[in-house]
Amino acid sequence: MIVFGWLNDQLLKMEWLYNAVLWLVESVFGLSMDGRVGGSLHFFIYDVIKIFILLSVLIFVISYIQSFFPPERTRRILGRYNGVSANILGALLGTITPFCSCSSIPLFIGFTSAGLPIGVTFSFLISSPLVDLASIILLASIFNWKIAIAYVVVGLVLAVLGGTVISKANMEKYVEPFVYGNVLTEAEQDELTVKDRIVIARGQVGEIIHRVWLYILIGVGIGAAIHNWIPEEFISAILGQDNWYSVLVATIIGVPMYADIFGTLPIAEALVLKGVGLGTALSFMMGVTALSLPSMIMLKKVVKTKLLALFFSVVTIGIIIIGYTFNAIGYLFV
Amino acid sequence: MDIKVLGPGCKNCVTLEANTKAAIDTLGLEADFEKVTDYAQIAKYGIMSTPGLVIDGKVVSFGKVLKTDAIIELIKRSEAK
Repeated sequence: MIVFGWLNDQLLKMEWLYNAVLWLVESVFGLSMDGRVGGSLHFFIYDVIKIFILLSVLIFVISYIQSFFPPERTRRILGRYNGVSANILGALLGTITPFCSCSSIPLFIGFTSAGLPIGVTFSFLISSPLVDLASIILLASIFNWKIAIAYVVVGLVLAVLGGTVISKANMEKYVEPFVYGNVLTEAEQDELTVKDRIVIARGQVGEIIHRVWLYILIGVGIGAAIHNWIPEEFISAILGQDNWYSVLVATIIGVPMYADIFGTLPIAEALVLKGVGLGTALSFMMGVTALSLPSMIMLKKVVKTKLLALFFSVVTIGIIIIGYTFNAIGYLFV
Repeated sequence: MDIKVLGPGCKNCVTLEANTKAAIDTLGLEADFEKVTDYAQIAKYGIMSTPGLVIDGKVVSFGKVLKTDAIIELIKRSEAK
């Protein structure tokens, strides 16, 4: 346990980096950590470097694992299951299948054409942006393992229940007709070698960092501002534990926003440090990552408004329930 | 020869389109080139990861941003058939 604790502190929480940045801020810049400028500068430098290091390593490892689970394979696996177990499997596979919002439509069409129930596809679509391996490790780094695991569990439960509700609502008729009855290409692609997988994984690191770096800088910037510049009274007046509507406000702010989970985490971190409830911070994070205007516009091309509205409502209500639950039992996790 | 790039317009699809055009130029091919961006059209080819490359109606690659060399290789393989 001592070894694990040390590894956890140095590799995951990066205490060495915390101390190095502390030295930089105090001795090189001559700023006090208690001052606003010093404190926010430390938050910014430490978080940016930590997130970029963790992200690069994680994306590499995860992309390597993901190269074994292309969507075609996921579709074959899912086709063998029925009922709730298919939803559970869909949610689980959503965490490891490579996926970016720009491929969500071909994926939706491919799954549906193969005869998968749309509820299963939606379980997959909900869990995919919400829970992935990188976000689990980052949550463990910024908060702790208990919170990371709790986040994953509620994220998966939301995906399974959301998909099940959509299954039960008989929404098949609200899918655009062209989605059905397409051919399935099981086109012969060469089996990947270890070298191919490494090349893919390295390519993913470059591609994802290129896509999210700005979100991370903005996210950490907002986090640093919340951490040192916005008065605590102001934040707790809106998002504080005592306000019954704090979760609602966090969800309403989070849903239309579009950012990667990696950019959202530092904001959640700063909010929790300022005394905002864990549930409120999680609602905000889930709102930002699971639902966004661009993904809604894309989904609108393949499903009719009624199904889109059901998807949107189910996920939003789920996020709000998760927020209130965590605020009620949050003391178990800190 | 008929060559199509399937992709709704994300960055990867644009890169594949450019590489494919470069491959056609390098080979000096007389080819009909088309970029397919409509989801209903893309769906007909049955691919789940974009971008896709179609030569003479057959999907030869999907979910990969191929380099120009690899595309030349695929075009030659299709010609040989």
